[in-house]
Amino acid sequence: MVREVDVAVIGAGPAGLAAAVEAAAAGLSVTVLDEQPAPGGQVYRAIERADSGRLAILGQDYAEGRELVAAFRASRAEYLPAATVWNIGTDRLIDYSQGGEIACLRATAIVAATGALERPCPVPGWTLPGVTTAGGLQILLKGAGVVEDDLVLAGAGPLLWLIASQLVAAGAPPRAVVETLPRGRQAAALARLPGALRAAGYLRKGVALMNAVRRAGVAVHTHAEGLEIEGETRVTGLRFRAEGGEHRLHCTAVGLHQGVIPNPQVTRLLRCEHVWDASQHAFRPVLDDDFQTTFPGLYVAGDAGGIGGARAAALQGRLVGMHLAARAGRKVAGKPAALRTALARDLAIRPFLEALYAPDPAILNPADSTIVCRCEEVTAGRVRAAVKLGAPGANQVKSLVRTGMGPCQGRVCGVAVSAIIATARGAPPDTADYYRIRPPLKPLALTELAAYPMIAPDLEIREP
Amino acid sequence: MTQPSQPARSADVVVIGGGIHGSSAALYLAQRGLSVIVLEKDSVGRHASGVNAGGVRRLGRHLAEVPIAVRSRRIWATVADFLGDDCGFEVAPQMRLARSEEHLVAMRARVAEMQALGYHHEVMIGTNQIREYIHSLSDEVVGAVACLDDGFAQPYQTTFAIHRKARALGARFHEGVRALGLTREAGGDWRVATAEGDFTAPRVLLAGGLWSGEISATLGEPVPIIPFAPMMLVTTRLPPFCNAVVGAAGVPLSFKQMPNGTVVIGGGRPGRPDAATNRAETTFHPLRLSAQTCISLFPIMAEASVVRTWAGLEAEMPDQIPVVGPSLRHEGLYYAFGFSGHGFQLGLGMGEIMAELIATGATDVDLAPFSIGRFTGGAPAY
Amino acid sequence: MARRLQGIGTPVRFTFEGVAVEAAAGDTVAAALLAAGHRDLRPSAVSGAPRGPYCLMGACFDCLVRIDGAPNRQACMTEVAPGMDVRRMAHVGKGEGR
Ligand SMILES: Cc1cc2nc3c(=O)[nH]c(=O)nc-3n(C[C@H](O)[C@H](O)[C@H](O)COP(=O)(O)OP(=O)(O)OC[C@H]3O[C@@H](n4cnc5c(N)ncnc54)[C@H](O)[C@@H]3O)c2cc1C
Ligand code: FES
Repeated sequence: MVREVDVAVIGAGPAGLAAAVEAAAAGLSVTVLDEQPAPGGQVYRAIERADSGRLAILGQDYAEGRELVAAFRASRAEYLPAATVWNIGTDRLIDYSQGGEIACLRATAIVAATGALERPCPVPGWTLPGVTTAGGLQILLKGAGVVEDDLVLAGAGPLLWLIASQLVAAGAPPRAVVETLPRGRQAAALARLPGALRAAGYLRKGVALMNAVRRAGVAVHTHAEGLEIEGETRVTGLRFRAEGGEHRLHCTAVGLHQGVIPNPQVTRLLRCEHVWDASQHAFRPVLDDDFQTTFPGLYVAGDAGGIGGARAAALQGRLVGMHLAARAGRKVAGKPAALRTALARDLAIRPFLEALYAPDPAILNPADSTIVCRCEEVTAGRVRAAVKLGAPGANQVKSLVRTGMGPCQGRVCGVAVSAIIATARGAPPDTADYYRIRPPLKPLALTELAAYPMIAPDLEIREP
Repeated sequence: MTQPSQPARSADVVVIGGGIHGSSAALYLAQRGLSVIVLEKDSVGRHASGVNAGGVRRLGRHLAEVPIAVRSRRIWATVADFLGDDCGFEVAPQMRLARSEEHLVAMRARVAEMQALGYHHEVMIGTNQIREYIHSLSDEVVGAVACLDDGFAQPYQTTFAIHRKARALGARFHEGVRALGLTREAGGDWRVATAEGDFTAPRVLLAGGLWSGEISATLGEPVPIIPFAPMMLVTTRLPPFCNAVVGAAGVPLSFKQMPNGTVVIGGGRPGRPDAATNRAETTFHPLRLSAQTCISLFPIMAEASVVRTWAGLEAEMPDQIPVVGPSLRHEGLYYAFGFSGHGFQLGLGMGEIMAELIATGATDVDLAPFSIGRFTGGAPAY
Repeated sequence: MARRLQGIGTPVRFTFEGVAVEAAAGDTVAAALLAAGHRDLRPSAVSGAPRGPYCLMGACFDCLVRIDGAPNRQACMTEVAPGMDVRRMAHVGKGEGR
């Protein structure tokens, strides 16, 4: 028989932790499931293990996570670490694996706090060993204190500069930062600044990060185009055009970044309605005022519902937790109205950042010979050929050329493939569709599936 | 919005449903020079025809289906030339494994029955021969019945290729257009209502898969369609160890290794169908049995991981064979639906037969066993 | 190459392809292998080209290895344990095709 809880929270980052703390404080039974061995999510990864040296490198924003994680540890919420949720049924049955064994849980309300994924950066050579996402480099730094010695950071976005500055603070500055922002972006973005001034703290921080990186003597190339990573079996260098000339930097590691996008796996699995967010250049699930998706009982808090950053995620998480408590007839201690005001203030910077760091158009339309689907090694050209044959959308292209059929289930290539199809059809991106996400959300050993728990009697099966 | 005289909205035949059966019939009708409009409520191949297991199987067919399956197989042999697309079709044995003497006895009886009817494509094979095709096999297996030159194909690729060929021959497909109902015009033509206006034709073929019953019922011919969502799963790549499509007596199983190394497992364990939302949901409690079956029959499968599962929406009839042939109540109305989980292989042959029937009023294939009359109790009323 | 900012302390010892690797407690297998100079963790599924960790957060599956006999384990999501036997998986597909 299946265990039932009031609230299941998927993801123990700021959004999930905050939701769990609020809901548990109001007396609801709450279970938090997360793939990682410790709470914190991507942003506060390994925070309970971070010593003062690590905290100094990673900065004040990171250190802020300690309070939230402590509050969560002190709460009555149940925590299932190293638990991978790989299916959610329309009956709200959650299948997850922990330590190589499957277990099930049914929840009245489910909060998907599954965060963000990095936007794919399909450039030539991006599959070579030595190429990571910029976020991946930060994870190495946070989780293991491991840094690349011979690194070039390439792309655009606030995270690129944050990581560069953290590496500088760690005494392992990158060889260069190659920024791909097209000319004229700043001017365009400044037009959206008035609103952002309400979040001036973020702006000051951003400028300070860039200055710190430059002051440390890191070479900075701006308005770079035509990125190509060189190497046969591993990275040996990066080529690009900038400042009116061709450049070639020798390096053994490249960190790519083009911003982050909502992680769509759970909301797509449950066939929630999604919309194209033209400002964020990404799909996001449609949410009501209480952060509920179009699938009743499924809520989204944090970046999985639209990119807002760690603070906004925690605020949204608290609001969801309070809403669930109120919905269950519990007394809610906090003041949602005040949180909503704080959330609006925190998100005010977004339009500016989104305009400034809109993804490089070249990234959205890679050359025919460039691999887009890393798992199945499908090039952009093959996607375009399928469109030319008449394939109407992402799922038909998937059936024909296997994009998104590998173990990553389209996590890496999904938005790139949708964009290539839309462009090839001459259609605006908001009309593009997206892969139907199929369970299991992560590959599952057949032996493990064979030992699925006996949660119900078996049906009589007619002999075929 | 009714535009009866607009030629774009009228044709010799309106086909309802852009699955393999609707698309294939459209292709053959167009080849015969008839004008055809296909109405598809979603996109061509979106349902059973695009997501099935791709088995091109004559083995073990219901006796009534055997002649159609044989005819289809002949077309499959030339599919690459015919459609200008190889459809991922590979010739390979289909076999059904026996794990007991009892299984063998039943299989031998079946082969004898087929032989008596003049069909020689099903044969018994021993474990040595099975092991030539399957390099990782349980010792439990004692023999099999097989059809050595059956095979498998890529379902979406195939349905899409049929669709393209039909279009090239002039068939007009309207995707995202749902047939809401059928009425008979004063002059005798059928009027098919849709949200985008009406379509008219003297003849209509209903090939709407799971959704066919809604329309046949409004025409006075209700049928007991059972919504069926057979589940499939596909694994990570394994070294080549199997080049047969394998089933087994006593358990629902359809098992094959694709040329790329992935293993595709189906066999009919049902998920949750929902015709209204177009959704077929996989549920893992029953799939654990498929996992157990595979690991016990093919030990190498203990190395595999499940990458993806899905289920398709299929119309199952209580007697496991489709409804095919003319309506018994209305002239100019034809049916081809309810393929009960095994209509993919039949698609090409069935389309040819339906086109012949619709164009000429007759076919030499015996369609009597498939008549809708077996559910409505009727003899032809016109 | 990748390096560690600090010493390891009491090392956790495991092997990659039979070669000894020293890691810090709490490291993921991917971090430990990168810090030890191993970048090429698996052959890609189709062409067999070398691949290494890309996202380090469980999304890309380019870090799949065999751990203690179990295939398809994400090196970036698995913590090191003493005596772990980590191996590259063989390239098995017949290449492209479907
Ligand atoms: C998982 C699975 C595995 C299978 N494996 C095999 C196999 O290995 N071998 C084999 O031979 N068979 C197999 N089958 C069966 C085979 O796929 C089906 O029998 C066959 O595809 C049926 O084709 P169809 O055209 O009747 O139905 P469908 O493909 O369902 O097509 C019907 C179409 O009609 C449309 N439609 C319905 N109502 C309307 C309306 N009112 N207006 C407009 N459009 C409408 C639908 O949207 C749909 O696209 C399998 C089926 C499934 C689901
Ligand atoms: S490095 Fe991407 S999943 Fe492990």
